[in-house]
Amino acid sequence: MASVTQNFMKLFRGSSGAPETTTPAQTSQKLTRRSSGLGEAARSWDTEESLCILDLGSTSPANIRYFTERGHRIYSEDLLTSSTEPSLVTKDEQGNTVLDSRKFLADNLVYPAAHFDAVLCWNLPDYLDESLVKPVVGRLWSVLKPGGTLLAFFHTRDAGPDSPCYRFHIISPETLEMQRIVLRRETRRGASGAVHTAVTDGFRLQRVFNNRHIENLFRDFASIKFFLARDNVREVLVVR
Amino acid sequence: MATPLSGELAQIGKSVVIKGELSGSEDLYVDGIVEGSITLKGNSLTVGPNGQVKANVEAKGVVVQGKLEGNIQASDRVELRKAATVTGDVTTQRISIEEGAYLKGKVDIQKSDGAKAAQAK
Repeated sequence: MASVTQNFMKLFRGSSGAPETTTPAQTSQKLTRRSSGLGEAARSWDTEESLCILDLGSTSPANIRYFTERGHRIYSEDLLTSSTEPSLVTKDEQGNTVLDSRKFLADNLVYPAAHFDAVLCWNLPDYLDESLVKPVVGRLWSVLKPGGTLLAFFHTRDAGPDSPCYRFHIISPETLEMQRIVLRRETRRGASGAVHTAVTDGFRLQRVFNNRHIENLFRDFASIKFFLARDNVREVLVVR
Repeated sequence: MATPLSGELAQIGKSVVIKGELSGSEDLYVDGIVEGSITLKGNSLTVGPNGQVKANVEAKGVVVQGKLEGNIQASDRVELRKAATVTGDVTTQRISIEEGAYLKGKVDIQKSDGAKAAQAK
């Protein structure tokens, strides 16, 4: 699990008496892309019934507006950022550095069973640390209602390791605006009281799933549908 | 798009720490630390850039520039400014969220009685 170690080694640079401030993610220009997976998912959101939606990307004013304007309730939870919490770092039985998935799930995705009609995963599985991916998908299965949908994006093999991590804003039922996550800088106070400055250059692609990996990842779900996009991304819509 | 403040404004400065129940009938600006609960039914709460509020909040309007941990129940509107960090559920009639704000929780838009009546017609 070298990636975890490298990320956290890179994260902590200095512990001087700097002022304790938080700077939100700095982002670059926005790109627009068509999304067939979103289009298919959006058909089920066009209802009089008030739905419960979980957005696992960075807080998006556009997505909050999109769903609340339609009378739905939206929950926002930035799991990728939550996974950078230093207290999650632990060792497995072989002594490898991993993230503590139990602690992660005790602090995140804490909802009643069968609570959501839809989950927007975006590109989370591609950028989330290996030790968290399966536990998170398992928890998502349990918080989704039977028949509920989950939308996720996966890079294809042609995507390089430096493929940028984006946040996604819903512009229309078939159109997304993508905004690259460039820099996040925050200051935390460690256990000793010292101030640590954490800097990340966005998030790195952790792996590339092939179709079989994706099917295995969602094997507990009732159905899975793939949409191949032009930008080395497979969109996946799964139904619980 | 600031929430209009009424005439009177109480301020809690950044060196002030308060633990307990806060209630009142004037607008409140918190730039310090508050833990407990805040009830300002006909008035607005502003959490300043240095403010750290760990409380359930009930107010007419809520503007967050700093940190707020707790549920927000606003009868009018909620504004999360770009450096806002909010952990908790938000129930309001209107919400505006600036680019860069962080929210972990539910957003539930509750229409006013007038809007509900208009929709029912």
